[in-house]
Order: sequence, then C-alpha cells, then structure tokens
Amino acid sequence: MKLLAKVVVTPKPVVNDPQGVTVGQGLRSLGFGEVEEVRVGKYLEIRLDADGEREARERVADMCRKLLANGVIEDFKFEVMARS
Amino acid sequence: MRFGVVVFPGTWSDRDCGWVIDQVLGPDCELRYLWHKDRDLKGVDCVILPGGFSYGDYLRSGAIARFAPLMESVIEFADRGGLVWGICNGFQVLCEAGLLPGALIRNQVLEFRCEWTHLLVEQTDNPFTALCERRQVLRIPIAHGEGNYFADPATLAALEEADQVVFRYCDPNGLVVPSANPNGSLHNIAGVINQRGNVLGMMPHPERCSEAELGGTDGLLLFRSVAEHALRALTA
Amino acid sequence: MATAVSEKKLKEVALSRSEYQHLVSRLGREPNDVELGMVGVLWSEHCSYKTSKSLLRRLPTTGEAVLQGPGENAGAVDIGEGWAAVFKVESHNHPSAIEPYQGAATGVGGILRDVIAMGARPVALLDSLRFGPLPASRHHFEGVVGGIGGYGNCIGVPTVGGEVYFEECYAQNPLVNAMCVGLVRADRLKTAKAEGSGNSLLLVGAQTGRDGIHGASFASLDLDADAEERRPAVQVGNPFLEKCLLEACMHLVELDAVVAIQDLGAAGLTSSVAEAASRGGSGARLDLARVPRRESGMTPYEVMLSESQERMLVVVKRGREAEVEAVFDAWDLEAAIVGEVTDDDHLTVVEGDEEVARLPVELLTGGAPLRRPDSQPRPPAAEVLSLDAFRREPPDFSRSLLRLLASPNLGSRRPIFRRYDHMVGDATLIPPGGDAAVIRIKGTRRGLALTIDGNGRYCELDPYLGAQIAVAEAARNLAAVGARPLGVTDCLNFGNPDRPEVYWQLEEAVAGIAAACRAFDLPVVSGNVSLYNESEAGGAIYPTPIIGMVGLLEDYHHRIDGAFKEEGDFVLLIGSSGNDLGGSEYLKVIFDLVGGQPPRVDLAAEKAVREFVVAAAQAGLLHSAHDCAEGGMLVAVAESALLGGKGIRAPGLRPDEGVRQDAAFFGESQARFVVSAGSRAMPGLQALARRQHVEFELLGNVHGDRIVFDGQVDVGLDELRTVWEGALL
Repeated sequence: MKLLAKVVVTPKPVVNDPQGVTVGQGLRSLGFGEVEEVRVGKYLEIRLDADGEREARERVADMCRKLLANGVIEDFKFEVMARS
Repeated sequence: MRFGVVVFPGTWSDRDCGWVIDQVLGPDCELRYLWHKDRDLKGVDCVILPGGFSYGDYLRSGAIARFAPLMESVIEFADRGGLVWGICNGFQVLCEAGLLPGALIRNQVLEFRCEWTHLLVEQTDNPFTALCERRQVLRIPIAHGEGNYFADPATLAALEEADQVVFRYCDPNGLVVPSANPNGSLHNIAGVINQRGNVLGMMPHPERCSEAELGGTDGLLLFRSVAEHALRALTA
Repeated sequence: MATAVSEKKLKEVALSRSEYQHLVSRLGREPNDVELGMVGVLWSEHCSYKTSKSLLRRLPTTGEAVLQGPGENAGAVDIGEGWAAVFKVESHNHPSAIEPYQGAATGVGGILRDVIAMGARPVALLDSLRFGPLPASRHHFEGVVGGIGGYGNCIGVPTVGGEVYFEECYAQNPLVNAMCVGLVRADRLKTAKAEGSGNSLLLVGAQTGRDGIHGASFASLDLDADAEERRPAVQVGNPFLEKCLLEACMHLVELDAVVAIQDLGAAGLTSSVAEAASRGGSGARLDLARVPRRESGMTPYEVMLSESQERMLVVVKRGREAEVEAVFDAWDLEAAIVGEVTDDDHLTVVEGDEEVARLPVELLTGGAPLRRPDSQPRPPAAEVLSLDAFRREPPDFSRSLLRLLASPNLGSRRPIFRRYDHMVGDATLIPPGGDAAVIRIKGTRRGLALTIDGNGRYCELDPYLGAQIAVAEAARNLAAVGARPLGVTDCLNFGNPDRPEVYWQLEEAVAGIAAACRAFDLPVVSGNVSLYNESEAGGAIYPTPIIGMVGLLEDYHHRIDGAFKEEGDFVLLIGSSGNDLGGSEYLKVIFDLVGGQPPRVDLAAEKAVREFVVAAAQAGLLHSAHDCAEGGMLVAVAESALLGGKGIRAPGLRPDEGVRQDAAFFGESQARFVVSAGSRAMPGLQALARRQHVEFELLGNVHGDRIVFDGQVDVGLDELRTVWEGALL
C-alpha cells in the first residue's frame, strides 16, 4: 500500500525558539503587526510502502520518537494518507 | 593509557584531539581512532566523541550519529563506568543518545560563534577536571552554531542539585554573567556530567588550547586530568 | 558554409555567430545540439579565457619555488622540508548575486575541490568580498558571510583571513572570491592528466541532477533583468558530502592505482573530462547511461552540462578499480565507472549503444578563437586634485579618525570572522583580524603567512597603479607578520571587456600585476578571470584585481602581529609619507569624493621596507608591526592600539615640507609600516635601517588608553572601540 506521511516537528512551548522570535520580529517590521508569536519547526514528507494505514501510523510514530524529533525539545504530529 | 577518538562521517576535531594525545600529552598516552561502523573499542580507557558536523548535522546535531554501530559499544562502555568525553558535536551526540540530560539548540544569536570563552570550573570531583581548582577560570575557545544548552526546569534543578554542572561561561574574573554567555545556554551551562561522573559533555574545545602557540594551554589540564586518572586506575 | 543554427540557440549556449562558424569549419560539419552545448560551455570566458589569455601570458609564472604553475586545478610552491603549498583563488560572483548564501557556499566548495584534486589537504580558506553600501546591501552581505561560514565550518577547514569593502558599484554585482590553501608532501603532488588508454574514469560523489546548467556561460554574461529567471542555474552545496569526498581522496592519493583526480566544477562532466584528457594528450569515451542521476528523464545534453556540486572524476588504472571503490565504499560514497581513457584524441559520448557526441578534445579545450577586443584608454579622470578644495578649518583630526573607524570599509571585521571557524586544524597561530594569517606546518618550525588583497578604488582611478598596489600591499601584509612572499594567485574581476574602456582596464591591471610580480620576483601560479561584472541598473564594477599571496616563515617563533604590547615601547613609522590623498578612504568618508591619483608606487622602496621589517622581526627587535593601508598612518596606529588595548602618547606631528597635515595622518602613501619596539631594540633598528637604506620616524610611545598627538589628536580607546566594533553591525 503506497502511503504518504506528512510529519510536522515543532519546538516544545517551553523551549526558547530564537529563530521564531526573529521571524516574528521580521514580520512585524514588514507591517504584519497582528503577529503575536512565530514558532519555526520542520516539515517532512515520507513516502512508504506499508501493509496498512494503521501499521504505517505506528511505524511513523516510532520514527518520530526514535529519530525525527528529540523529545527533550520537540513535539511532533503527523498524518498518513494514500498516494498515487 | 589509551584514548579512543571516534570518527563519524563529518567529524573534524578527530585529528586535533589525536594531535594533542599523540604529540602533546606524552609517551604514556596512546591514540586509537574508532570508526563509526566498527563495534570494537580497541581496549581504550577513555572514548572521546570529538567536534564536527557528523552526518552534516542534518535533521538535528548528533541525531543520526547516535545510531552508528559504534555507539552501541560506547553506551555499554559508559554503562560499565568507562570514561566518555563529548566535545562540541560529541556533546550533542551524547545528549541525543540519552547519556546526558538536556539538548543543545540553536545559538540565541542565530549565528555560528568561534571565539575564546572563559569557563568557571564548578566541579572537580571527577576524572575530567581533577587537576583543576574548584572555581578556577579556564580560557577555552568555542566553535558552534548549536550550543545553547536547554533542559526542562525539573531536569535543570536536578542537575544543579546533584552538582552536575561542570563548566559555566563566565567573565575573565569568574563572574557568571549574561554578557559572558555566548549562545544563550540556560544557567550559562557550558558542560555537564552524568550522575555517575564518568560521562562529560562540553561545548568548548580543549584540544584547541593545549599548546602555548595556539594561544593557551588550559585545555591540556583536562587531557592531563583524564590521563592521570586512567593511569592511576591502571596501576591500582 | 550553411549555418542553419538559430540566433536563439546561439544565445542559449552563449556563442557568437562567428565562433559558431569557426566551429563548423574546424569540425567540417554542423555540430548536433549536445556538441553545441559542450562547445558553448568550454568556449565560455570562464573555461577558455578567450578574452584574457593573451594578456595573462604576460604574468611571470616560473621561479625556483614553483612546483606547479597555471593550467592545473591549482598552483603549488615548495615550502621546504618536503612540503608543498597548493593554492588558488576563484570567483563565484554571478551565482552569489542571484542567491548569496548558496552562491558563496558553492564557491567555497569549488575552490576546496580544486586543491583536493592536487592531492593536498585543504588547511585554510580566505575570501575577498565586495558589496554595495550597507544597509541596502545587507541581504547580499549576510547571505554571503552565512554561506562561506556554512560550508567552511561544516567541512572543517578554517577560514583564516579575508577582506571586504563596500562601494556603490558593487550594489548589483557583489564580488565573492574564495581562496583555498592546501598542504601535500611535494612528492605526492597530483596532476589531473587522464593518461593510459583503457584506464577507467570513475565519477564519484553527488548524483547528477539538473543543477546549474549553463552556469559557466551564465558567468560570462551581464546580469540583466532575466537573471531572476535563470535561478535554476544556482546550485545547492552539500558540505557534508564534500567532507566525505575529501577524506576519501586523501586515501586515494596514497594508492598507486590512481592516475589522476579532477574536480567537476563549471561545465561539469564536459569540462572535467575534456580538460583531463587534454592534459594527458588522450581521448576519452563516456557512457552517460552509467552516470548516477538524481532526476529521471535527463537528456544527454543535461547530463553533460550539469553542474551538480560535490562530484569528482578519478582516473584509475584498468583492473584496479576495486581498490578505489573500496575506499569510496568506506565513506558511503556512490562511485560509478562512466567511461575510459582512449588514444583517439576525441571525446566520445555515448548513451548505451547510441553515440550522442564526438568532438576532438583539442577543439573543446583549446579551440576557442581568441578575442582581442578594442582597447581605449580612459580619459585621464585622475586629474590632479586641487587639495586646497579639501581644507577644513579648523581640522578636527580626532573626529575624522572616529568617522574613519566607523566606516564599514575600516571597521573591525570581528562580526564576520567570529562566524567562521578559524581555529579547526590546531594550526592557526595568527587568527583573522591582522594583516595576514599565520598557520603552522605541524611537525616543523615553519609557518605559512596568508593574505588576500585588492583595492578597486585605486584601480578605477588608475588600473596600472592600482594593480601594482594590490601586489605590493599583499606582500606588505605578509612582511607585517614576519614572512617573505613565495607565490601569488590572482582573480581578475572586471566589467564587460567588449567595451573598449573595460578591456583597457584589464590590459593595464594585468600589466601592473606583472610589473610588480617581476620586481618582487614572485610567480603567479594560479588564478581566475571573472568578466561581465556589470548590470543595466548598476553599470560596471570598479576594475578589481584581487591578489592572494602565500609567504613563508622559516621559524614561526619569529612571527609578530599588529597589537601594541608594552607600555613605553617606541612607536615608529617606517617609510616616507607624501601628499597621497587621491583615492583615499579619508577623501571618501570626510569629503564624499572618489578622485585624484592613487598613491605613487616605488617597488624598490617596497622591497626595502619589507626586508627591513622581516629582518627586524627575525632578529627579535619588534613587538608589533602593522601595514599602513586604507586610512593611512593614524588608522594604522589606532588599529594597533585597539588590538593591543594600549594607546599612544606622541608629540604633534610635523609633516615634511609641502605635505599637508591631513595627508600626514590619513594619506595612503605606500611602502610604510607602523611598528613598536622596546628601547633596547632601538640601536639595532637604527643600524638595520642604515644598512637597508630605509627611513623611519619616531612617532611616540605606547601609553595609556588614549590616542594622543599633542595639540592635534586626543581620543579615548573606548570611544574608538565602540565605533570600530560597531561599523559592520
């Protein structure tokens, strides 16, 4: 089963994110005064061939815990979908 | 005694650490390079995880290196009480591997920093700083883009409580002040040790200041501390 | 002869109609599209030097120390005790204008591979940069500095030196020249000659994608409004992969199964195979079906012209491929045998069973018709300035000094070099921030002194003098740390040479470099030419020849730096001062004027003062030395004071008859140094000066924390430091 996992890794709320702070300042200086906060994370696309969506979801969660996110500083979320 | 210096693809302080061990430390110290694909630690007394950009530091610094076959042996070695010393990228690998608490995130200034820093030695009851005086100020350079030490409040409190902070960035007079903090590290932390006292991680580069012509010899104190500790253990 | 080729197609490959006709007549037939593309890139200025070659022949390229002159991936000089220093400078101007971070990063990656291909381990990087004024050009500046650091820091080669200037003329055309220095045992120096019919061609490193197609011919066009659309011509660097390539190549040079190593740079596979075959007097056969690709559906044209980074070509003895493949395997590098050396003097390209191109090697690498554009001397814009027009009453030299040190052209470079790892390698003895960097050759007492220098403003006013000054100043930088120069690498950055004035500037500048190098007995062992640095909006850049120079300290314990050391030391000005305000930073900053004649040049005097400083350093007579350059004597004194954290106390300056007071402080007379020495050294220095026929003048003494010339200048170091350190922030 050809699947696509879209993984988003973000800094935990408690972690200072200097990149996000700087991007936020940049946006505000460009006139986007409504910007309250920016957090910069990572987005990954993983193409996989799995037996089923449930199994795939378990494997992707495992990937996130083992490598893609560092639990000390990062949270992750993902969705798995069919791909052509 | 025998130092082992780990080489991951992308490591570059291996040769500098090797130079100090081989050419500066003296005849009692032997050097072995440890290749990331091997599992054999070649009977070394101290494993050094040196600086560099292992695997390009892609994804996160140290995140991929910690899964190298050699790291399984390094973790076992540490669990048996063997000395493991992570410098710069090596510190990042040790945090990723869970051998040390916390994580190293991007410098507060969002820029790479290569400059001399002053370090306050907070703890000398360990093999890495045994030859230092407590509260001694060392001058050791840094070179990193992700050396901003982070740990959650509970972990941080536990680290402080157990006296596991070995080095803090300070001014030349030994004052731990924000202006002496080059990267935004919490509590000005530059180096921490595990509870057992055999695994040290530090961002600054002692191998870059072990000869007077390079601008200082404070780094050599740390290498000598380890060497003497290991020699004592060997003769005991 | 029938030439059915369309204008559009010729424009795409950047060939002129007459060049095309020359190609057809040499070939005796019309080329197919793949062949046309291959010829287009190899006949570009970047690869063929068709416009500059006849001028470059004037440069001295030989000498006792030369182990490898121009024509290889990099030049090499003998530095004693069996070691060779390998070095080259190369431009990455056009890619950096489009995408500053990646343009600069891949520029660093490219120059590293040139040195690696010679079998040398890269040990130092330097950069010469030019931007438009800040803050408008901060985007270029930040991107380029980030890219240089991003690549150099990751691969673990220290960036030990460089220079940067800001001028309006570079606003649309920033200059990024990267220089790399490597070390190799002299008897292990490699050349990239593809020799031995039947030997295999191995392509190793990154997979080939549609990166930077037409990068080489892109570098040979003016930047115009279409530049935005040529964005795919910019490549993305992977320093991690290059680090693995570097280490693998360091193993390869130990294997006698390896015949040659050649980097893939501009014009990719086409140029690396053709050039290696040409040097070896051979032919080559390539099978594109064997080239590992990153993208599907690539045409032979795209594969041959791809400029994907981090690739090397290795020529391996037939039957010994496994030894080489084992090394690559250890570093997890993908390697493929993509062809072989032949003895038919042709480059034959097949894809499976189908022949897609077949061209004589010599036609590709040496066939471009040389161009000799018209030359038209610039009307003497350098009219003698009426200096009376620039009299300030009363002159406030303290304020002028503060304004000069606040200029981005003179301010502290620390905000840049603290972003570069300049210490990795445990060899950096004098870090960035001084006149020249010094690195040690481990296991010996020898040190290499390294610098890179140029002054576009002088060259704009007089390209012949300006180019001479670039060479003279680079040599002075080396002397200021106690080293004697060994060799030169040059990067010639100019506008469009089809404009007679620009071609004249090129002629004059090359003549100036040649004259200075001959006078100093210095060979030019490598270099690069970057033309067409102009844009519709911004016009042409100043003619900007950049000189990279490598010098030797036989004993690095005799090195000196620019910092004042001891309270009470004597501060001396070596050399003589004139009314040299033309082209100065003082005129620009205080009077907003670029004009006049650049400082006069006396090459014999340059040699004499340099020799004096080096001899004095070797005799242990000096505590510091600093070259007088942009900003003149007072700026040099202030920099030595700031570096050492110690001021100067001096009586009022009394210039020679006819020399203006402000010229004495801020004029840029050449062949001068500010040095400091203890009182015990004075008799020795006086005797040495007499012997070397060098003039010097006692300025004052190292003292306190202010710069004081009685009744003329009085300013605190703290105040100076604030503006100096803030100039680039």
